[in-house]
Amino acid sequence: MTINKTQFLSKTVTELKPSGIRRFFDLAANMEGVISLGVGEPDFVTSWAVREACILSLEQGHTSYTANAGLIELRSEIASYLNRSFSVKYSPTSEILVTVGASQALDLALRAIIDPGDEIIIVEPTFVSYAPIVSLAGGVPVPIHTEKEDEFKLRPDQIEKVITNRTKAILICSPNNPTGSVLSKEELVEISKIIKKHDLLVISDEIYAELVYDQTYTSFPSIEDMFDQTILISGFSKGFAMTGWRLGFVCAPEEILQAMLKIHQYTMMCAPTMAQHAAIEALKGGMHDVEEMRKSYRQRRNFFVNSLTEIGLTCYTPGGAFYAFPSIEKTGMTSEQFAENLLLEEKVAVVPGNVFGESGEGFVRCSYASSIEQLQEAVKRMGRFMKKF
Amino acid sequence: MTFNEIEIEILNIIEKDSRLSVDTIAKMVNKSTEEVSTIIKKLEDLNVIVEYNTMVNWRKVAGHEGVTAMIDVKVAPKRGVGFDAIAERIYRYPEVKSVYLMSGAYDLSVVIEGKSMSEVGNFVSDKLSTLDSVLSTTTHFVLKKYKHDGTIFDHGEEDKRIVVSP
Ligand SMILES: Cc1ncc(COP(=O)(O)O)c(C=O)c1O
Repeated sequence: MTINKTQFLSKTVTELKPSGIRRFFDLAANMEGVISLGVGEPDFVTSWAVREACILSLEQGHTSYTANAGLIELRSEIASYLNRSFSVKYSPTSEILVTVGASQALDLALRAIIDPGDEIIIVEPTFVSYAPIVSLAGGVPVPIHTEKEDEFKLRPDQIEKVITNRTKAILICSPNNPTGSVLSKEELVEISKIIKKHDLLVISDEIYAELVYDQTYTSFPSIEDMFDQTILISGFSKGFAMTGWRLGFVCAPEEILQAMLKIHQYTMMCAPTMAQHAAIEALKGGMHDVEEMRKSYRQRRNFFVNSLTEIGLTCYTPGGAFYAFPSIEKTGMTSEQFAENLLLEEKVAVVPGNVFGESGEGFVRCSYASSIEQLQEAVKRMGRFMKKF
Repeated sequence: MTFNEIEIEILNIIEKDSRLSVDTIAKMVNKSTEEVSTIIKKLEDLNVIVEYNTMVNWRKVAGHEGVTAMIDVKVAPKRGVGFDAIAERIYRYPEVKSVYLMSGAYDLSVVIEGKSMSEVGNFVSDKLSTLDSVLSTTTHFVLKKYKHDGTIFDHGEEDKRIVVSP
């Protein structure tokens, strides 16, 4: 008799739900002629100067480990970038850690602060990884459901309602994946008052900070009195079109950062060396490219959101990232049915909103990180699809 | 001439792709189609938008490959009209794709496109070299175009992303 191998698995892992994104990937991957609006990454290839810097680093033989916290030159560039772009000051030697994507940064932050049973507040609709990584760290994810009427923005009173004596932190993602919603400075200040009152920590995922279209971006640690209670997560994936490089960073006050560094040095050692060399070039000479990409996303967002509205998929205008999150209410379908039928009938891939938590039901995530030609074709097909309703 | 932000944005959009419909451009810049039509008309009338062109990779069309040559031309400028008069006599020829006044080793850079090497050769020896103020010419034939006016021919940078990702 063969042994039941699942008996070896941890309860936490067994109980993790498989990602809905994965299921959709499997469905769409084998079809021909699909236009994908399901992609959570830029359609730009990393700018040539950055790729070239990586090639040079290989030519020079930079193939060994770096310091655990990352190349000091990169940490210094990150510090000056954060200071000039968002007016937040972190010390490159003690408050910045270079990670394998924002993903690892999030994992480190959670593992550094969670004791078994600690509650972490998560704002839904949410990035698919948040709840699972909270669980993996032994914590309990506590969702807050934001609403279309609030443009999916977190209201301070919603936080107060879910706080218990086990609440440790709140994970905020602005601009948000999947809704594209951006919190203004005033809104963040209101949120910070609750944070202060209850001595919570904020994990601020600012991976989309470069992709904000209609307002200046406010970084959470720049809010008055919030520096000591914030872990800033960011990286190069989205703004610099560097998803495959697996490079991110985390910044926090020294005591917290050093705790994360401890975990990092035992579990990861350091981020990839050539990617770090490339990232130095991205920060030094790549800001113009970032600006160009941002302009292009803005035009595509306008085109896409205006077009969605025209074909009856109502959608508020997302202020950042590259996602539109239209309501599919008038079709009467669940988000899964909608996404599946749209894929099968018109070969357009979108991601069902329920993948991002309960409050995402009734919506679908469409990424507009595609060329205008692709978006035009997608809208044409979706328009045809929507005629039935 | 000064132009506002929207006008410049429209110029940038059209410069990249002149085939986009007015309706699409209007949606991209969040304006009405009427407003965008008016702006485009104005930019055309002012000759800011000079022409709508298509970049063709003729190498891919059998029998239409053609030959491009870049010719360094030294000229004797004329009193009162400088280089402009001779430049004009050169750029009037339809074979001539572009003419630039240059600093350095020669005066005019002339780009010629012809059907064959001999056609370009004939143009240089019969038309260009015989002009009064032309002192000398040096002809360089283009062997392969990798990038032209900011566009990479055959760059192979197709979408490599997976269909659905977080
Ligand atoms: C909100 C959010 N955080 C983090 C990440 C992961 O980024 P990285 O590629 O840097 O690991 C993503 C990627 O989709 C994201 O959307």
